Order: sequence, then structure tokens, then C-alpha cells
Amino acid sequence: MNSSVVRSAFFKSLPVMAGYVVLGIGFGILLQKAGYGVLWAFAMSLLIYAGSMQYVGIGLITGGASVLTTFITTIMVNARHLFYSISMIDRYKDSGKYKPYLIFALTDETYSLLCDGHAPTEGDPNLYRFLVSLFDHCYWVTGSVLGSLLGAVIPFSTAGIEFSMTALFIASFTEQWLSTHDHIPALTGLLSTLLCLLIFGAERFLIPAMLLITLLLTILRRREEKVL
Amino acid sequence: MNAAVLIAVMSLTTILLRFLPFLIFRKQTPPYITYLGKVLPPAIIGMLVVYCLKDVTIMSHPHGLPELIASLTVIVLQVVKRNSLLSILSGTAVYMLLIQLIF
Repeated sequence: MNSSVVRSAFFKSLPVMAGYVVLGIGFGILLQKAGYGVLWAFAMSLLIYAGSMQYVGIGLITGGASVLTTFITTIMVNARHLFYSISMIDRYKDSGKYKPYLIFALTDETYSLLCDGHAPTEGDPNLYRFLVSLFDHCYWVTGSVLGSLLGAVIPFSTAGIEFSMTALFIASFTEQWLSTHDHIPALTGLLSTLLCLLIFGAERFLIPAMLLITLLLTILRRREEKVL
Repeated sequence: MNAAVLIAVMSLTTILLRFLPFLIFRKQTPPYITYLGKVLPPAIIGMLVVYCLKDVTIMSHPHGLPELIASLTVIVLQVVKRNSLLSILSGTAVYMLLIQLIF
């Protein structure tokens, strides 16, 4: 295996490490308190691998939800993943044996690391994307297991460390902004979501926002295709 | 319902959502989807920024000030240094200091 690809992938994944380990710990602690131990935390983080869904999932499990409720809730919470996949269709097209895992592991954070399409010039870009995805997955599983085992005995205050995820998206947004002259898509995403947040409130703005973004980008298609 | 069954449902539904677009457009990608693939990434990142900040309280104390200061730290560092890891770690450290010591 090409060690320089491993190194580039590891450095690329570093910004996600702190956030995933800490949010994973938070999840492990909550699940433990709900009466489900380390194997459950491990299984959920390995197999579901969707942060906000797993937090919601604790409530579903302890509340004894039905299969149908769980199915519909998962669709509502995770519908944005349809969006990520649509925008990665061409990029992941020729990823061969890595493709199933790349699609499985496409979380918000991994998406934000890989969606700009950059990969090191040396080595296999598909191996690079696979490793970034795999490292992120490992951080998440490790955090969940640690949280479940250690419970609340963390020696220092980590209050506020969850901001690292916000910081990751803001840094990605800024970097995208700096590397292109066409700011219409970025502004469409930012302002549409803001508008939907104001209209629909914090609990239910995400799906309207996705629809509005798609609608506006569709209307702007003729203009944008001249620019691209 | 059994916890293991519900976990399986959550896992399979999430996998379905992630794979569905790839299954639908398996043979060839329509030009419209290729277009969306180009313009969606910056739009989605914009959406995620708002999504992360959705619970910030602007009307009451501390009026979103820790988030504002930490976000500006990230943006300014990214513009000046173009090093994502540095921007993210510094912004997070600033935020932690602000909410633990000042606000």
C-alpha cells in the first residue's frame, strides 16, 4: 500500500477526529445510561454510522418504537444523504472495489472533506477517498466505545468541543468560496437554508431547504452552465 | 420492539438512502444530475453551516456571541493561512474558552 496516500488521507481526516471522538463519546454515554452497553454502542456506530440518527435512535429504542415509526423517522432525519449521493455520482463512478464502502460511509463530515474532488496527485485517488472514509468511521466507532466504557469520568471539561464540527463546515465553506469565482451555488445553499430556518423553525427546516436549493439551482441551470 | 431489530431498520434505511441515487442512475448519468453534482457541493456545505448553527440563541444571553467570534476566527484564519486543520482547531479552542470562561 502506498504510504504517502495513507499519510495524506490521515492528515485530511484529522479535522474530523476530535469532533467524532467527542460526539461518539457523548453517544456512548447516553446509550449506556439508557441501559445498552458497549456492544450496542459498537454495533450502532459500525452499522448505522449516522451521528444525529443514532442520538434519535436511543429514544426510539428505549421508547419501544415500531418498525414503521423507526423507518419513517430514519428517512426524515437522514434524507439529506440522498443529496450527498446525488452530488457524488460522477466522482465515485469509477471507484471500483471501493465504491460500496465509499457510499456506505458518506456522512456529513466525510462528504465535506471529499466533495471538492481534490486528491493528492500521487497514488490512487479512490484508495485515498476510501482511507479518509475509513479513518472517519474508526474515529466514530472508537468514540462510541470509549463513551460507553468510560461513562462520565472524563477528567476535564470538554464543553464546547462539539463546535469542531461547525468549524469544519465553516472552513470548508470558506475554502470553497476562495477557490471559485462563482458564488451563486454557495449563496443559494446558505440563504435558502436560512430562509427555511426562519419560516419552518429549527425542527423541520432541513427538507424544505433541500427542496428549495434544488429548485433554485434548477432554475439557475442555464446561467450556471455558462459559468462552469 | 426488539432493539436489535430497530437498529437493523435504522442501518438498512440509512444504507438505502445513501445507495438509492447510485442505483437509480447506474447506467448513465443524465446531464441534469451531472449539473447538480457540480453545483450542489458548495450549496450543501452552506446548508450544513446553517444546520450546525440552528440552535444558537440570538435573542437571549449570550446572543450567539461565542458562535459569532469563533466562526469569525475560523473564516479569518482560513482566508489568511488556507490551512483547514489550523482554522478548525483554533476556532474550536476559542469557542471552548469563550463558553467555559467568559459566557
